[in-house]
Amino acid sequence: MHEVTHETRNNLPPTLVAEFTELCTHYPERRAALIPALHRCQEELGGWLSPETLEAVAGFFELEPVEVFGVASFYPMFHLRPRGKHLVSVCHNISCDLRGAQDILDEACKASGCTPGGTSDDGRFTLVRVECQGACTSAPMLALDGVYHEGITPEDVHRILGGVQ
Amino acid sequence: MTRESHPTYLLDRTRLHDSHTLDVHRKNDGYRALETILKEGHSPEQVIDLIKNSGLRGRGGAGFPTGLKWSFMPDANKDRRARYLVVNADESEPGTCKDRVLMEEDPHGLIEGILIGCYAMRIRAAYIYVRGEYRFAYDRVAAAIEEARRANLLGKNILGSTFSCEIWMHKGAGAYICGEETGLMESLEGKRGHPRPKPPFPAGFGLWGQPTTVNNVETLFNVPFILDRGAEWYQSMGTENSPGNILIAISGHVERPGVFEVPLGISAREVLEDCAGGVWKGRRLKAWIPGGSSTGFLPASEIGLAMDHESLKNARSMLGTGAMIILDETACTVRSMEILSRFYEHESCGQCSQCREGTQWLTQILHRIENGQGRMEDLDLLSSLASGMAPGKTICALADAAAIPTHSLVRHFRDELEEHVRRGCCPVPSSPGPAAAPPRSPSVEVKA
Repeated sequence: MHEVTHETRNNLPPTLVAEFTELCTHYPERRAALIPALHRCQEELGGWLSPETLEAVAGFFELEPVEVFGVASFYPMFHLRPRGKHLVSVCHNISCDLRGAQDILDEACKASGCTPGGTSDDGRFTLVRVECQGACTSAPMLALDGVYHEGITPEDVHRILGGVQ
Repeated sequence: MTRESHPTYLLDRTRLHDSHTLDVHRKNDGYRALETILKEGHSPEQVIDLIKNSGLRGRGGAGFPTGLKWSFMPDANKDRRARYLVVNADESEPGTCKDRVLMEEDPHGLIEGILIGCYAMRIRAAYIYVRGEYRFAYDRVAAAIEEARRANLLGKNILGSTFSCEIWMHKGAGAYICGEETGLMESLEGKRGHPRPKPPFPAGFGLWGQPTTVNNVETLFNVPFILDRGAEWYQSMGTENSPGNILIAISGHVERPGVFEVPLGISAREVLEDCAGGVWKGRRLKAWIPGGSSTGFLPASEIGLAMDHESLKNARSMLGTGAMIILDETACTVRSMEILSRFYEHESCGQCSQCREGTQWLTQILHRIENGQGRMEDLDLLSSLASGMAPGKTICALADAAAIPTHSLVRHFRDELEEHVRRGCCPVPSSPGPAAAPPRSPSVEVKA
C-alpha cells in the first residue's frame, strides 16, 4: 500500500463513490471497474477526464495516477482535454466513405464551426472523425453526444446539429 | 435459393413488435431450451456433445468449432478455480454490425445462449463486453438482464434448479484491439487492451488468470436453437463443414444494404443480388470484401464464390465476420485500402514493431500512391512490407488484418495501382482523392 491513501486524495462526488463501490462488487478484483468508472466520470464531470478527475479515480481504486492516465489515454472514447458542450462523431471508415462520409464531414464542419478534431469558437461543438461505429448497413452516419443518426444526407446534418443549444 | 426460400431462425423473432421484451420472447419459444435442460436434468457434458455434434463454428471471425472450444475448459472437479464466460460484443471490424441487431432486437436470445454455455462449462459468472459506442444495444441488453433476473432466469437457483449464474455488463471505450480475445480480457481487467502472447490459452489462463471461454454474440445466439431443435436440424442448413445460417451485413454500393440471414455456403452473388438488390444505381461491380475489412478485396469475377470457411480460404480470403462490402465501378480501391490501412495504424496497440511501424508505413505508401506521388517500386514494397508483418510475426492478428487486404490489392488490382503511378494522380474520376486524414509522421521515413 502506498502512502497516499484514498481518503486524502479522493474527492469524487459521493454519488459516484457509491456507484463505483457497487460496480466493484461485479468483479473479483476492484480494478476491473476502472474503465466503466472512467466512463461515468466523463459523463458526470464535464465531458472530459481532467487530471484532477484521474487523480481522484486513482485514489478510489488505490492505483498510481500515472497508471490510470495510462489506461485512459489508450482508449479513444476518453477525452483528456476539455471539449465542446456537444460531441459530433463522424464515421469515416470504408462503408461510410463509400456512401459519402466525406460530404457529411464537410457539412458537419460547416454546421458546427469546427475543423476535424477541433472545438467551435463558441464552445458548443467538438467535431471528431471516428473509425467504424458499427452502422455500416445504414451509412453514412454521425453520432451526436453518442446518439446515432444513420442513413443521413448532408442536409440532415444541418437539421441535426441545428437542433441543439 | 433466395432469401425467401431458405429456412430462417436467427432473425425471426426480431421482426416481432417489442421483440426485445421478455414477454414477447417467451411467447415465441424463448428460454424453452434452458428450461428443458434444467427440468430434464441434462448433464453439462451432454450439452457440450450436442454443440460439438452440431458443427457450430464461431461467428466472431475465426470460425473455430464452438463445442471443441467449450471442451477445452478444465474439469471442474479437478480444477476448483473460478471460471468465466466472456461474451465478445466488441463488434468493431469495419463493415460488421450484425451482433448489434441481435442485442438490440432480441437480447433475451443472447442471455439464454450465455446461460446454456455457462451451464455446459459449469460457469457461474459471465461478462458481456460491449463496445462503448453501442449505447442503445448496451441499454437493451442491460434491461433484458434485469427482466430475466426478476423472472428467476438469472441469479441464484435458476427456475428452481441447482444452477446459479450471474451475467454482468461491461462497457468498452472505443479500441478495436479489444475485440481480440486476450486484449479484451486485459481491458476487462481495467488495463490497456494489450493482447497477451498465446499460449497460455484462455481456457487455462484467462480473466484474472482463471479458466475462461470467450464467445461471440451470434455464436451464443445459435446455441438455444440447437438445443431446442437438435444437431440434425442444424446440419440441414449450410454446408457439411460450415453448417447453420449466418448473419451477413452487406454495406457499400448496394441498393438495399442490411443485415440478412442466409445459409452458410450461399453464393456471394445471391447475397448481393437477392438480398441487397444488386449494385446500386445500375452500376457494375468492381471489387468486394467478403467478411469484414481484414479479409481483403476480391475482384468482381469472384462474386460467384460460396460464403463459407473453406471456399473463401481457397480464394486466399476468409469468411471473417461475414460482413460484405461492395465497391462499384466508380470506387477507387487504392483510396479504400488507404482508409483501411489508416484504420489499422490507428488501432495498433503498439506492442509489436512489425505492426506499429508496418501499419504506419503502409498508410504512408498508399497515401502517396493515391496522391499521385507513388513510384512503381512501391507496389513490390507494399507486398514485401505486408509479408514482413504477417503471418505469425506478432502477438496478435492485427498485423495480419492489415497485411491480408494489402496483399489482395496488389494481387487483384495491380493495374489500378500502376495507373495511379503512371498518371501521377488518382485515375478514378469520382474518387474524392486521398483519404481525409494525412498519415501522422512515421518514426522512420519509408524509402522505396
